[in-house]
Amino acid sequence: MDSNQQISKSTNFQINHCLHLADTALILGQRNSEWCAHGPILEQDIAITNITLDLIGQSRNFYQYAATLINSVENKNLTEDDLAYLRNERDFKNLLICELPNGNWAQTVLRQFLFSIYQELLFEKLIACNDEQLSAIAAKSIKETKYHVKWSSEWVIRLGDGTDESKAKMENAIDELWMYTGEFFIVNDYDIVDMTSLKTKWLEKVKEIFEEATLSLPENTFMQSGGKNGIHTEYLGFLLSEMQVLQRTYPGANW
Amino acid sequence: MTNTKEHILSLLEQVSDPEIPVLTILDLGIVRDVVCTSDKDVVITITPTYSGCPAMDAIAFDIKLKLLENCFEKVKIVYSLSPAWTTDWMSEAGKIKLQSYGIAPPQNMASRIEKLLFEEESHIECPRCHSNNTKLLSQFGSTACKALYQCSDCKEPFDYFKCH
Repeated sequence: MDSNQQISKSTNFQINHCLHLADTALILGQRNSEWCAHGPILEQDIAITNITLDLIGQSRNFYQYAATLINSVENKNLTEDDLAYLRNERDFKNLLICELPNGNWAQTVLRQFLFSIYQELLFEKLIACNDEQLSAIAAKSIKETKYHVKWSSEWVIRLGDGTDESKAKMENAIDELWMYTGEFFIVNDYDIVDMTSLKTKWLEKVKEIFEEATLSLPENTFMQSGGKNGIHTEYLGFLLSEMQVLQRTYPGANW
Repeated sequence: MTNTKEHILSLLEQVSDPEIPVLTILDLGIVRDVVCTSDKDVVITITPTYSGCPAMDAIAFDIKLKLLENCFEKVKIVYSLSPAWTTDWMSEAGKIKLQSYGIAPPQNMASRIEKLLFEEESHIECPRCHSNNTKLLSQFGSTACKALYQCSDCKEPFDYFKCH
């Protein structure tokens, strides 16, 4: 009996871990997609929506894998769509930083920067993990993440080391977002990577770009958390209600 | 006719990418394996170019249609992510077709590209006037696989199938 419970516990961790990765990519993708047709100039509108497409593609891969895992133990027939459109706020395990409103362009590009640096470090670790499918998804995704890092780093430098106004907006964005970066490195039951081990390298990389951008790293400050366990800000519910409305209103609707 | 692998490949040669119809899926290098499980059954393994490439479902559908039209009875499509697709797999014939279609083909080995900040792949040949005096407008273009460049001589903007 003990060994059975053991197996189901580890499968449960595996499923939740996969959902965490999927939710994180999807929710950031959904947020970024709000820029579609509202970008500052056409080329950058296309850039942020391309990044969105990568993130949603990554989330699909994670959701498909999560659905396979769930179906294999629970005798269900779930699809990626069930997981994205029919779960409630409390079930979503995305990082809080992903669900925050976009704010202005500075805040959007700064979030992408802080997140993409983290995501690249995480995927490097996942590529080396024992789970073949997670490793394959990470190896595929990291090639895209490198573009996101480059693009967002350039924007942080451009605005930070830009005009007084752009710099002020970037500093304001740092004040808004910094307290949500602590969650990157919180180790949850389901994590398979020692998240705390990523922190030094992440800080190093962020610092390097901030220096180039003439921006300062904030002092140690209170860090917000909860998303990885399903405890969210007030913003996620509104985001989900918009994203899920079609499947909630017309269950099973198909193109 | 016996359904050999060569025969199947010749049919797949007729399936084109929905976004860039001059390229076949073989030119793109997204067909990773073809296995005939019997005379009428076949399993085709394909890999996406980018994680979010919306053309994948259309491509899978087109492959099925093409093979079913040609007397196959069971066509299974398997999606594979590993090894991750790279532009290094694009055929030389495909690159020539891209060029004449007005899209600059990948001009370097993806593994040799270093993504340094504010640096771009330079000297990408303009597919219209063949000048190398071109500049990057945006690393992100009309589809995930393309970047947007502009020719400084003929002034025309053009798509570049970026090394990936």
